[in-house]
Amino acid sequence: MDDVFDITLTVNGRRVSRRVPVRQHLTDFLREELGLTSCHVGCEHGVCGACTVRVDGAATRGCLTLAVQADGAVVETLEGLSESGEIVDLQAAFVDRNALQCGYCTPGMLITAAEMLDAKQPMSRADIRTFLSGNYCRCTGYQAIVDAVETTLTARLAEQEPSA
Amino acid sequence: MSIAATNAPIGQSERRTKAKRLVTGRGRYTDDVTARRVLHAAFLTNPFAHARILSIETEEAAGLPGVERVFTGPDIADACNGWTGNHDLFPKLDSPQQYPLAVDVARWQGEGVAMVVAETRAIAEDAAALIDVTWEELPAVADPVANLEPGATVLHPGKSDNLALELRLGTDAVDAAFERSTLVLEESFRFGRHTGVPLETRAILAEFDPSEQRLVIHQSHQAPHQQQELFARLLDLDEQNVRIVCPDVGGAFGIKLQFSGDEAAVAVAARILGRPVKFVADRLESFTSDIHARDHQVSARMGFAVDGKITALEVDDIYAIGPYSIYPRASIMEGNHVMQLTAASYTVPAFRGRSRIVYQNKGLMGHYRAVGQPLGCAIGEVLLDRAARKLGVDPVEIRRQNYADLSAGPVTSSAGVALEGLVLHECLDTLVERMDLPELRAEQTRLRSQGRYRGIGIAGFIEQTGPGPNYYGKGGIPVSAQDGCVVRLEPSGKARVFSGATDQGQGADTAAAQVVAAALGIQADDVRVTLGDSEVCPYGGGAFASRGTSIGVEVAWRAGRRLRSQILELAGALLQCDAEALDLRDGQVIELATSQARFSLEDVARIGHFRPYELPEGFQPMMSAVEHYVPRDKPTVVGNGIQGSYLEVDVETGIVSLLNHWVVPDCGFVINPLLLDEQIRGGVVQGIGGALFEELVYDDQGQLLTATMADYLTPMAAEIPDIDVTRIEKPMGDKTLGAKGVGEAGTAGAVGAVLCAINDALVPLGAGIAQTPCTPARILTAIEQARNE
Amino acid sequence: MKFPAFKYLRPSSVAEAAAQLAEHGDDARLLAGGQTLMPVLAMRLAEPEVLIDLGRIENLRGIALEDDALRLGAMTRYVDLERSALVAEHAPLITRALPYVAHVAIRNRGTIGGSVALADPAAEMPACMLALGAEIELTSTEGNRWIAAEDYFLGLYETAREDTEILTAIRIPLAPERRVGFYEVARRHGDYALAGAAAVGDVEDGRIQGLRVAMFGCDDLPVLAKTAAKAAETGVLDGAWLEADVSPTSNINGEAHIRLAQARVAFRRAVTDLLGVSNG
Ligand SMILES: Cc1cc2nc3c(=O)[nH]c(=O)nc-3n(C[C@H](O)[C@H](O)[C@H](O)COP(=O)(O)OP(=O)(O)OC[C@H]3O[C@@H](n4cnc5c(N)ncnc54)[C@H](O)[C@@H]3O)c2cc1C
Ligand code: FES
Ligand code: FES
Repeated sequence: MDDVFDITLTVNGRRVSRRVPVRQHLTDFLREELGLTSCHVGCEHGVCGACTVRVDGAATRGCLTLAVQADGAVVETLEGLSESGEIVDLQAAFVDRNALQCGYCTPGMLITAAEMLDAKQPMSRADIRTFLSGNYCRCTGYQAIVDAVETTLTARLAEQEPSA
Repeated sequence: MSIAATNAPIGQSERRTKAKRLVTGRGRYTDDVTARRVLHAAFLTNPFAHARILSIETEEAAGLPGVERVFTGPDIADACNGWTGNHDLFPKLDSPQQYPLAVDVARWQGEGVAMVVAETRAIAEDAAALIDVTWEELPAVADPVANLEPGATVLHPGKSDNLALELRLGTDAVDAAFERSTLVLEESFRFGRHTGVPLETRAILAEFDPSEQRLVIHQSHQAPHQQQELFARLLDLDEQNVRIVCPDVGGAFGIKLQFSGDEAAVAVAARILGRPVKFVADRLESFTSDIHARDHQVSARMGFAVDGKITALEVDDIYAIGPYSIYPRASIMEGNHVMQLTAASYTVPAFRGRSRIVYQNKGLMGHYRAVGQPLGCAIGEVLLDRAARKLGVDPVEIRRQNYADLSAGPVTSSAGVALEGLVLHECLDTLVERMDLPELRAEQTRLRSQGRYRGIGIAGFIEQTGPGPNYYGKGGIPVSAQDGCVVRLEPSGKARVFSGATDQGQGADTAAAQVVAAALGIQADDVRVTLGDSEVCPYGGGAFASRGTSIGVEVAWRAGRRLRSQILELAGALLQCDAEALDLRDGQVIELATSQARFSLEDVARIGHFRPYELPEGFQPMMSAVEHYVPRDKPTVVGNGIQGSYLEVDVETGIVSLLNHWVVPDCGFVINPLLLDEQIRGGVVQGIGGALFEELVYDDQGQLLTATMADYLTPMAAEIPDIDVTRIEKPMGDKTLGAKGVGEAGTAGAVGAVLCAINDALVPLGAGIAQTPCTPARILTAIEQARNE
Repeated sequence: MKFPAFKYLRPSSVAEAAAQLAEHGDDARLLAGGQTLMPVLAMRLAEPEVLIDLGRIENLRGIALEDDALRLGAMTRYVDLERSALVAEHAPLITRALPYVAHVAIRNRGTIGGSVALADPAAEMPACMLALGAEIELTSTEGNRWIAAEDYFLGLYETAREDTEILTAIRIPLAPERRVGFYEVARRHGDYALAGAAAVGDVEDGRIQGLRVAMFGCDDLPVLAKTAAKAAETGVLDGAWLEADVSPTSNINGEAHIRLAQARVAFRRAVTDLLGVSNG
């Protein structure tokens, strides 16, 4: 039978303890154990980015991370980011610009984009495209996503300027 | 029925309600739907292209803790009727019977052979690996051309060859026309096999209640009513007891439009086991079990007069389908589109077309976005460019002078496409202007002298969308061309819409909300739209062939208008005046003569629902309206558009960098520009995928070599340029809203534009390429060949 | 695509990991960033009985300046290297090459040790190690040994590392005047290379000296293009001699001669890049 392991981690600000099969990946753990279904499965081999979540502050492929590896870690999903309001501006820009169609890529895309925005560095459109290039979107053709991220970045940089 | 373009919120860039939900992680896709005591399915699939199953040993798998049952092909076939992917309009197509899982011979790599149902997907996969099959490998029929030769291995026993169907169009007058031509160009085109790769894979959750003989299925699919009919028919259930719910669907593009053996097997298992069974195809299963598309080898010939006028065209297509014609829609249309849509916008005095549809041991061929249209476009436009070069005619001019003359009304192209209400010249002129073509040409010339090879490509396309009932209906295929729509007035004066159209992110729901809101004089946000449930939504066709706007939105508009009339009747009865004297605006019933608000819509609704005694004796308030709509007057909506591509070819490495892309689509009447533009862009990028990256490469033994996402390359953000969209809006006719579907327009023209641009870039090297995707190696090989000539 | 079942071990020291590895040998796999190992397991291309997670071994992580070398712990993630001022100063080739390795989320977890242990012939880091003349530390219960990158890569996914050895660190000799150059032909950003070249060398009076160019994506393993580099030192920059160094075979990406042509371009462009980019 499956080898199991006890883990304790922080997910979206709450402490969670579970006994997990060691072969379960973080995406399945979040989805099946915690019902955090924003973490999507697109390929399960690391290519598409649909499973991207934040682990200890860094955008991470949930499908390439074992749940046991997240023992002790701080994990954030789009549910958590939505609850905290951290990316409310980015989310609004996505809606406004119609930067999603089916929405399946969106959680991963937002989490990757959030990492880029956190760096608070001016970025060209080409830079933004490169940064997002590990996240597939099959519907939008990317432009609206790039627009939404660019708009948010510009607004955040402008906001920070007076104090800088 | 006429509509002013100012009829807000029609024509406005309404934001999508669903988008607000999806950006906060509250999407509900099929795999997010749970059921108690659910079991998970995994499949053992055929590792060969073609093999006989001598025996299957399932005991060890069945004994693995956590395994509920192992089903073999015969087990499932016992509980599910077989099917054939035939089409009554093409009686010669005689595709053999198929069952959910291979019964004795498996005919493509990835075909399901056995299914394990277990407590978890991981256990099901463990068990599948324990199934022991004794195989007898059979010769693979893998090369469509070779397999048409006399004496080739025949895939299906009892058949004399591998030809599934031959389509023919046009006349032999073309031979004489070629003889009279000043210039005859001939090219052999190859279009790689690809697939749609929706980011959410195919997924299904089946639940069966034996007491009611009721099957409830949640499925990631585009056409719930089609699925309801098929599941009922194949499992011998009463159709009213089958319910198909399509929750949020994570992309589809035609990949979720057919019927798949694994889905049937899951439903059968749920019925036999009396427990819910879920199957979410993993990405490896997807590449071999999703429908494929394209895979055409086309010999095309085009004749020209000295001034560049087209004199003759011949298109000879070999369309390599899988071992069966796809069920239920049949693998025909793509071959037909290749023939019909090559140079379709031009006057072609003499034409002959043939498409030979060939069986082979590869994945099944279905209807992926833009079905054959991009191929026809690319063939015609590449040949036209070559002629322009040879004859010294400007590439824009040669298009202009060959465009079909519609000034005297509709014409039928020699391949049989009814060209009506197109905006050919306007699209071309607009494109040339948006591209700033003279400036681009100057830059191209300048850079060429520095050894940099830039190319400019222009590709006009014709689309056939929003089909009427002729094709499937007459073909005996249970696909509905009509959509029904119910609009219900809530007591609050706000509305609900239930429609037979479906949405996979295109915004069919938002567009329906907009037209209903316009009809009722309320806001789009005041309308909630429910789609994708075969039980509660009026019967409809779902999403295919860009029909969502021209049919789905049309019917919503009609239902909205009908409800509006009913409300005005009611208000008129209340006010003792003629309904004609009233209007609905801003949530109020307005008296037209005075522009005075007489009631709020809410007042009227509450009277209708709760206080009908305030109405005159005998008056029955009608609080919902239903309409159905099917286009009857023409087989499809024919539309057009044009695209431009500007790119640079690194002639040393073969890498193509896309610099700019322009699209000028004819949109008819625009409901929501924001949604429309993004549909176009998304479509373009899939077309670019086909032009540069995506290919299901099989070896000569029928083994798929690009079976993972790391090997099957789809476009990522960094490779894609910004895409300039300039809409041409020209409503068609006055009997309908006049919206045209654009869901496929982006894909239809992008391949041609990119292919033309690459060829343009290679002109100084004397090289040309007629194969997609244009991989670096293929480009370098083309350059090398030119050098050696 | 669920992972096959395995036993999971989580050692907290190199000694413990080495002992576990000694015990399980070929039945075990070391888990570093998992960015290659997990896809391999998901596709069930390998079904190891035991995974030994190196993630909790603190001293496998880190970047340190030693007397004559820059020391990189095996579990140092790409992202740490990318952001490291020490790396940018003392091994700018790595900084230059890293953006070509996959994508942000993968670089957030993938490790230098994992990449060098894997020895993918089309990967950037192994080639950089070769060009930089790095030394690789291998540790087992028997102790540790240092091996030059040139002696480490042996064939297709084949290295000098024994099954019982852990790649624990990498040492990059300091060479302050050295210049670097890099070029990669790839179909999409972040893809493994169709052909690539990583170059280091000195430039004096416009002439290149001590040129080391490691080719990747051109052969079964990363290869030092010694003949072509010699030729480049005499002014023949176009990689004309490259076929003496690498022998690409025909594969899905193209026929052998096409791949060789792309390799030549990568060589020339990396060397040209080196001529234009100074160190520091
Ligand atoms: C979508 C995608 C794109 C990618 N693109 C690229 C690319 O362009 N270029 C590129 O170079 N890589 C690419 N990679 C691979 C990535 O760089 C991997 O992270 C890397 O190759 C392996 O590092 P890891 O730390 O993840 O190792 P793991 O996956 O954990 O391990 C890899 C192998 O090395 C062994 N191993 C790991 N660490 C040690 C050690 N310390 N001692 C001994 N053995 C060890 C493991 O047992 C395993 O067999 C890509 C990966 C993905 C998913
Ligand atoms: S599901 Fe993890 S990268 Fe695709
Ligand atoms: S919106 Fe569908 S994949 Fe991005």
